[in-house]
Amino acid sequence: MSDITTLSATEIAAAVRGGTLSAAAVTDAFLARIAAVDPQVGAFLTVTADAARNAAAAVDAKIAAGIDPGKLAGVPVAIKDNLCTRGVATTCASKILDGFIPPYDATVITRLQDAGAVILGKTNLDEFAMGSSCENSALGVTRNPWDFSKVPGGSSGGSAAAVAARLVPISLGSDTGGSIRQPAAFCGTIGLKPTYGRVSRFGLVAFASSLDQVGPFANTVDDIALVMEVLSGHDPKDSTSLPIDAPELQESSRGDLKGLRVGIPDEYFADGISEPVRAAVMQVVDTLVELGAVVSHVSMPHTEYTLPAYYIVAPAEASSNLARYDGVRYGNRAPKTLSHEDLAEKTREQGFGPEVKRRILIGTYALSAGYYDAFYHKAMQVRTLIQQDFVKAFEHVDVLITPTTPTTAFGIGEKSDDPLAMKLSDICTLSANLAGVPGISIPAGFDAAGLPFGVQLLGPALSEALLLKVSRAYLDTTHWNEQAPAL
Amino acid sequence: MALSPDEVRKVGSLARLALTDDEVEHLTPQLNDLLAQFERLQAVDTTGVPAMSHAVPVVAFLREDVVVPSLPKAVVLAMGPEVDELLGGFVVPQVLAGDA
Repeated sequence: MSDITTLSATEIAAAVRGGTLSAAAVTDAFLARIAAVDPQVGAFLTVTADAARNAAAAVDAKIAAGIDPGKLAGVPVAIKDNLCTRGVATTCASKILDGFIPPYDATVITRLQDAGAVILGKTNLDEFAMGSSCENSALGVTRNPWDFSKVPGGSSGGSAAAVAARLVPISLGSDTGGSIRQPAAFCGTIGLKPTYGRVSRFGLVAFASSLDQVGPFANTVDDIALVMEVLSGHDPKDSTSLPIDAPELQESSRGDLKGLRVGIPDEYFADGISEPVRAAVMQVVDTLVELGAVVSHVSMPHTEYTLPAYYIVAPAEASSNLARYDGVRYGNRAPKTLSHEDLAEKTREQGFGPEVKRRILIGTYALSAGYYDAFYHKAMQVRTLIQQDFVKAFEHVDVLITPTTPTTAFGIGEKSDDPLAMKLSDICTLSANLAGVPGISIPAGFDAAGLPFGVQLLGPALSEALLLKVSRAYLDTTHWNEQAPAL
Repeated sequence: MALSPDEVRKVGSLARLALTDDEVEHLTPQLNDLLAQFERLQAVDTTGVPAMSHAVPVVAFLREDVVVPSLPKAVVLAMGPEVDELLGGFVVPQVLAGDA
């Protein structure tokens, strides 16, 4: 085989299961590409080459013994470094977790391994998944594979860049307010945030527990469908895991779009959306119409309150979740402290970066006596109204189409001193997390500077198969997902 | 509504963050930018609207009453930045007054 690293996960798994390609050869090919390309991209924080070769050998041994290794046999996967991996450092790109080596695996890691996947390493992110550019990582810089002067997006920027740069066919990210969809758009890959509760959060380091969801990146719809069949399904270790079995997606995501009702929520095209992005979305709409879809405009009147509601709810939950980092049970600890309080204050002061501190402070303030009703309670009520906007919209349309991001990828350093401007790059993606609905970003061409456009499709809860069907029909027509950066 | 530097310091103390003076100076206007966004929520009529903590109803369920192994104590202690292996615990600064 000339170049294994151009194969999709679906093609790799079929070849490994069919005995025409060894998992060892696949692993070696992708490890070699990582060694050659990643010094420029910076997608990985840790490459687990030895463990990967051992896992590949185990897959090949099963094949030799006539045992099916599983749906992802020999498929290389990269993991965002806020998912716990037994025996492998899990940093959340934070100094405060320096030295932390989890003694257990996240459920999604176990499911990948049980399906025969080969984990190649852990990828960079904004510290504790808080950010939109990977610039909040305390451990390294990740560059956009299409233009090294641009950010890859965030927070799952390393996982998006790894798939875009063809360092792995599949990676995992987490999405609390757009952290899968936004970097997928910036890097020109496909990124899916599943319905809240569809994929287990056990072993995902908590940021905002009512919003966090694990999901995949890949360059083909086939691969997203394949890995979602492995990742989905009830997990008794996650109390918010939906009691629903993993859906079949590889076949149910096929079919034509005749009669599909596509809604354009006008509020998502308000000020701040760049003209090229708006035009790119409308081109996708035109293509969907050619494929048989019926388009209408819908109103989601509470959209303008998404940003304030989100930036109360998410930091409030984060301030509570991150209280556990006190220098006692794991991670880093400040030396020479006088009291338990002194230990916690100094450990946290030294261990957390600026964005994490900002969010802990704003969340603590929003939950503090005298402000709880005005901020947190109010935000939870507005969250209900935002969800109702979705319920009403889905009475009239099957899917919604919006930009994933207001612009294409911005420059490294361009917004790092303006936290509010940075947050506005997530304006189109926050609502799906508040409402718990699934969303996908798919590549939709390139701007004049050669940077990818991403378009977001949103559907009702548990509509992943429909979102994949629309994505597949569009990409089978345009083939934007087959474009790869020259690296 | 805007936070003063002293209020930022106080919130920092509530959050167990020993902020430096430079940080307080830098963070105060940034936090106030965000608070100004929050003010917009007051324009929304939420009379009678239920508060939503989770997008899907979260129902507590009981797992089967079967004993499963926990992480071994030694494995848990191995994660600690400072532990007393003999006593089997995490070491913290003295909590109660008196001789160390």
